[in-house]
Amino acid sequence: MSTSQQLVRPGVGSGLADTIRARFLLKLLVRKELKVRYRGSVLGLLWSYVKPGVQFIVFYLALGVFLGLNKGTENYAVYLFSGIILINFFTEALGNAARSIVGNGSLIKKIYLPRELFPVASVWVSGVHFFPQLLVLIVACVFSGWHPSLLQLAAAVAGFVVVALLATGLGLFFGAVNVYFRDFENIVDLLLMVVTWASPVLYVWTMVRNTLGAGFFAVYQANPITIAVEIFHYAFWYPTTSGTAELPPQLMTLWLPVGLVVSLIVTVIGQFTFRRLEGRFAQEL
Amino acid sequence: MATAIEVSNISKQFVLRHTRSLKEALVWLLRGRKGDLSQKFYALNDVSLTVEQGESVALLGFNGSGKSTLLKHISGVMTPDSGSVLTRGRVAGLIEVGAGFHHDLTGRDNVYLNGAILGMSEQQIKERFDSIVEFSEIGEFIDTEVKFYSSGMYLRLAFSVAVHTDPEVFLVDEILAVGDEPFQRKCIAKIKELAAEGKTLVVVSHDLNLIPEICERGVLLEKGRVAFDGRVEEAIHMLRAERS
Repeated sequence: MSTSQQLVRPGVGSGLADTIRARFLLKLLVRKELKVRYRGSVLGLLWSYVKPGVQFIVFYLALGVFLGLNKGTENYAVYLFSGIILINFFTEALGNAARSIVGNGSLIKKIYLPRELFPVASVWVSGVHFFPQLLVLIVACVFSGWHPSLLQLAAAVAGFVVVALLATGLGLFFGAVNVYFRDFENIVDLLLMVVTWASPVLYVWTMVRNTLGAGFFAVYQANPITIAVEIFHYAFWYPTTSGTAELPPQLMTLWLPVGLVVSLIVTVIGQFTFRRLEGRFAQEL
Repeated sequence: MATAIEVSNISKQFVLRHTRSLKEALVWLLRGRKGDLSQKFYALNDVSLTVEQGESVALLGFNGSGKSTLLKHISGVMTPDSGSVLTRGRVAGLIEVGAGFHHDLTGRDNVYLNGAILGMSEQQIKERFDSIVEFSEIGEFIDTEVKFYSSGMYLRLAFSVAVHTDPEVFLVDEILAVGDEPFQRKCIAKIKELAAEGKTLVVVSHDLNLIPEICERGVLLEKGRVAFDGRVEEAIHMLRAERS
């Protein structure tokens, strides 16, 4: 018998590090979500293409054609879509992560497992759904004469990481507090509605700068999602244009590090809150 | 023999909270915290328990005496308000079999998912997969979605996964009533086999006739306190005396 093993306190995890140790379980949880999502539907994973596709057409018609934004912005369709897919990723990831603890309550109440797995799995699932959309974007880019530099591709990856980290951090935070007060589900919904409009997805960043002035614009710009969206524009949309559009100043040198740092801080806060609260999950659910 | 489980002076208060909304909590705060937002009661009150490796212990008591809460503390699902719980080696619960099952997945997927939830590695599940299916007597239905299973089949598969997790400490909560009688006998035989192998068992059951077959030691809980700790026959005798 294994007397060499130490007496340990049960139910004490090591936070996000556990999700790496339990990556097999994480993989199974992600696969379960993917299988269950489109169960019994004929189109299956194709829905992951259809939904953003329709969303894109609606926005393009309403904003690009009717409001005339595509007259001011070169390749407005690509501009729009490169932002939308990132917002979609974030919205889905955070929305599901915030509900993941309550949703898996029956399991959490009965069996101990690293509970961080659930929000993290939600983010992974959204990441899987992000890929078909990215593919559509890249096809659209190629048809519009896309010629990105290596730096721009690397920037896109970094932008995605910023959003994924932010979604994980906020997902941990809201997932945990939602156990205590279910109001937070609605707060998250509200937040997600604002997110779409708080970043230059549908409009152009210069409009914000001209209206807000430099001081407030810095506040607007400090939002990691805004930074990531602008980076996606820089990586996908900008190389399809004639290169005359104005890019936000110091995007790569200043704002990308700011976005990474803010997202990291949010992740740390989320993890900290989660660990403070997780001890009482089983009795509160 | 080394200690497998060491529970020292743990207490756990449960909150009977009536509100789940921020609004009510805010109103309560604004009114100067008047009145009680919640009622509290002790689910466990200064409980101590030491279990040696290879022992099989029955937790006895009426509904609400804290048996399941104590098991949840040992498994790590709950953490105590005060006192400490220590365990040695991997602890796995046969607690509410099938908690990790998903109705829309096939039996096969569920074996993998549930096995991983209970702490098995990919390699271990692969090695034991055939044995799990054989024990559950599911046969060819293993690739059918679990929602089409009869409740007996469902529980059999879940139990089978749980007993194949092979931890050092087994926590068993009211699962001896699984399936039809032949399968129940098989389950009990399996649990006895585990005990004979030197696994540590902590069993919660209301089946007082069955318990002495599996456990030698009985711990009687009463309103969150340990009322008796000793031979299982005596514990059962005390419990029966109380009831009458």
